[in-house]
Amino acid sequence: MTTGKVKGIIANLVTVAVDGPVAQNEICYIFVNETRLMAEVIKVIGANVYAQVFESTRGLKVGDKVEFTGHMLEVTLGPGLLSRNYDGLQNDLDKLTGVFLKRGEYNFPLDEKKKWAFTPIAKVGDKVEAAAWLGEVDENHQPHKIMVPFVFEGTYTVKSIAKAGEYTIHEVMAVLTDADGVDHEVTMVQKWPVKKAILAYREKPRPFKLLETGVRTIDTANPLCEGGTGFIPGPFGTGKTVLQHAISKQAEADIVIIAACGERANEVVETFTEFPELEDPHTGRKLMERTIIIANTSNMPVASREASVYTSMTIAEYYRSMGLRVLLMADSTSRWAQALREMSNRLEELPGQDAFPMDLSAIIGAFYARAGYVYLNNGATGSVTFLGTVSPAGGNLKEPVTEGTKKVARCFYALEQARADRKRYPAVNPIDSYSKYVEYPEFEAYIAELIDKEWLPMVNDMKTYLQRGKEIQEQINILGDDGVPVDYHEEFWKSEVIDFVILQQDAFDKIDAVCPLERQQYMLRLVMDICRHDYNFDIFTDVIDYFKRVINLCKQMNYCEFHSPEFEDYRKKLDELLAEKQLKK
Amino acid sequence: MAKAFQKIYTQITAITKATCSLKAEGVGNDELATVNGKLAQVVKIIGDEVTLQVFQGTEGIPTNAEVVFLGKAPSLKVSDQLAGRFFNAYGEPIDGGPAVEGKEIEIGGPSVNPVRRKQPSELIATGIAGIDLNNTLVSGQKIPFFADPDQPYNQVMANVALRAEADKIILGGMGLTNDDYLYFKNVFSNAGVLDHIVSFVNTTENPPVERLLIPDMALTAAEYFAVEKHEKVLVLLTDMTLYADALAIVSNRMDQIPSKDSMPGSLYSDLAKIYEKAVQFPEEIGGGSITIIAVTTLSGGDITHAIPDNTGYITEGQLYLRRDSEIGKVIVDPFRSLSRLKQLVAGKKTREDHPQVMNAAVRLYADAANAKTKKENGFDLTDYDIRCLDFARDYSREILAIDVNINTVQMLDVAWSLFGKYFKPEEVNIKAALVEKYWPK
Repeated sequence: MTTGKVKGIIANLVTVAVDGPVAQNEICYIFVNETRLMAEVIKVIGANVYAQVFESTRGLKVGDKVEFTGHMLEVTLGPGLLSRNYDGLQNDLDKLTGVFLKRGEYNFPLDEKKKWAFTPIAKVGDKVEAAAWLGEVDENHQPHKIMVPFVFEGTYTVKSIAKAGEYTIHEVMAVLTDADGVDHEVTMVQKWPVKKAILAYREKPRPFKLLETGVRTIDTANPLCEGGTGFIPGPFGTGKTVLQHAISKQAEADIVIIAACGERANEVVETFTEFPELEDPHTGRKLMERTIIIANTSNMPVASREASVYTSMTIAEYYRSMGLRVLLMADSTSRWAQALREMSNRLEELPGQDAFPMDLSAIIGAFYARAGYVYLNNGATGSVTFLGTVSPAGGNLKEPVTEGTKKVARCFYALEQARADRKRYPAVNPIDSYSKYVEYPEFEAYIAELIDKEWLPMVNDMKTYLQRGKEIQEQINILGDDGVPVDYHEEFWKSEVIDFVILQQDAFDKIDAVCPLERQQYMLRLVMDICRHDYNFDIFTDVIDYFKRVINLCKQMNYCEFHSPEFEDYRKKLDELLAEKQLKK
Repeated sequence: MAKAFQKIYTQITAITKATCSLKAEGVGNDELATVNGKLAQVVKIIGDEVTLQVFQGTEGIPTNAEVVFLGKAPSLKVSDQLAGRFFNAYGEPIDGGPAVEGKEIEIGGPSVNPVRRKQPSELIATGIAGIDLNNTLVSGQKIPFFADPDQPYNQVMANVALRAEADKIILGGMGLTNDDYLYFKNVFSNAGVLDHIVSFVNTTENPPVERLLIPDMALTAAEYFAVEKHEKVLVLLTDMTLYADALAIVSNRMDQIPSKDSMPGSLYSDLAKIYEKAVQFPEEIGGGSITIIAVTTLSGGDITHAIPDNTGYITEGQLYLRRDSEIGKVIVDPFRSLSRLKQLVAGKKTREDHPQVMNAAVRLYADAANAKTKKENGFDLTDYDIRCLDFARDYSREILAIDVNINTVQMLDVAWSLFGKYFKPEEVNIKAALVEKYWPK
């Protein structure tokens, strides 16, 4: 293996003089006394190799020894990833001793002693290729497939396969013979370099299946698809994290991966604390059972922050290859971009806009492209849905990270300061936000089947009411309450009904926090029926009083168990109230 | 300062305003050195050329200055003796007292493993409704005041510190005017709490680059009391804008490419390293905590500037002070202020109606603001508008003003009585069960 000696140090960028070949992005270890610090090669000039160290370089000296590993940054894939809390380099945080993180302390991310109940799928003589399912183990009630390692090229023949039984991850599960007659042993564990996409699938169609999140402003107004991509930009304090947590708790996914990338440690702790207690609304089991957390909080080393999003995506792709639905949430991709900026800055590269690297939007694009809904080689389907948050500097959406993301993400949930200031949560602006998926004919067909043909036109109608409401509000602001006809007030308050009853949702109320699709349909139909009627008012103050009472009753319904006696009671009161003023059509 | 075995270098090859370089061997990154007695730190090593950042500035440093490497990063001696003392940025006493004996710890140490943290859940009561009612603070939280330089932020912060019942209060003063330094000293002495207080102070009279050491000094002391002594520690950092300015100065002298607002590209990480020291430890490791209340002064109220902007993304909320012209008093602005951790205690450690009352009151206060705009534009006000305006005035005077000192139950009761005075239950939009229980009869 190639070795080297430290020649220069600027913060976490270290120059190394090497005695042999090195590869771009190769991992090396730098020795500070007895401690090994992991680093990644990011530039090579002659015999000088520039490596970014994933830890603090305090005390590092010129002449310190460096060892190269011959491989890029890899993750270890196998059963036992679920419910784990990893750092950006896939160290199991729970296995680390001590209150403080010690630099140079790395560990194996899986449980090497645990026995897994294995059931073979492939048979002796089967022809298999990379990612083919050889067998499965039960990992927290998920069928965790033991696959032909992704690095295997070409076709192999199954020479032997382990019998059903209990095995640890390092035991040989199958022996595969390649075209040249050479045998290869396969265990439950494999490795994959994080910066490469796992492409072992047959086809990646456009996403078309609704991914239910229980959040009305998403599912009803701007739906996200299985295998789709979306992003949530928002100035701080607009409820980005609350919204993201709500989605990760409620979304209809088999596996949820949360990449806490350069964000607050207390937010990760919230997930650590709540997820083992909370129940998955779809299966009734604990949320933590289906969750993997990659925590690289803002005070952890910057370079591993960059690695953390790739680590998360690779694990997501791994589970997708098993035919599972994976939801990956990264908070926040801006912190990742900032890590790139810090490094590019130290490398003295010519900066692009706001001192970000020139190829930032290409890097973002390539990353979002790894998400998707796929048909695997065996015909099964799997998906990685990716939702990233962006923290635009100064709340300005014209900055490079937001713009780079907007080009590639298909859904956009615009969090708005003005809505947040008025405590209208989730503060997603219904007019600026969009979901490109509603324009896909395949999605339209899917929704027509799942709900009915009228649904999307009705949602569109709802948006028209909101748009109209906004225009009228501006006119009222200019002309005054009595400067506009009473009808205008009626129109405006209809849009307020939609806002208060459909768009706003109380993430801290047990019942309102999750709104299943069936309930969303009921409420939207109810609200749209209110909107489509005409009312009999003489003066605008009556309009305001009346619709406030309407909103109040609808909100009380949102707080009640669906179709419970109280719920029906409020519905009855609402119908009576509506009958008072509604004109017969 | 040199010890017998230490090598002395006397050949300086380059001098800039903040740094000097020399040829030296066996030097570690981040290591301290003295240059003609002035403290300096290694910031760059290229081959045998070592660049030192001289904290006091390089004025008067000759090319034959004596350079001695100390073999350690900046550090602080910690023990109970820290209590009641005032130090400069290097951790040296400035109150005339003796040097502190104790374990020497390098400042700017490693981060807490996130899985060893506990979710913050203890309420920190301040008696200020703009905080306790609308933006409840929780131990282990980090939150800044975003204030204009002319606002009384240091006074409010001193008040919060005294009422917060912390075991230790650690003041990190960066670019503090001498007047403010003496103000803190007096307030703490007069309150008879000096023995709970440790101060690290860099005043405007000291070189700006020295400020860079203050937060790490203060937090190293805080970590000692929270981890080893299991204490509830409150850290006050004022003013973080001046800290960031010092970062910009250094990065500029190091020829780094500036990003937004001439700040270094690493500003986010630099600030996060400080603020993320706020932590609540679980009972198994003693249950200590570090809570950080900081001040970030704004220029012309601009929160899109890189310093407040990055801060806002790191801290768990922010508090704004505002002068309410209706009542002529300073209030904690209910619209823009936010404590992100409030839901961990609101309605759990406080009365059940807290979250809904808080939201309803702020919503009505917002309606009042709209009504005011309407009035200013010359439109007629509805009956509801007028009631909102009346409510807002009472709400400001009886609850929000920072000179009001009442507990949360009282705050909630006053809020309900104001709801009852001006509104009908359906205008307040609170869950029926709570209205049933608390609406004034």
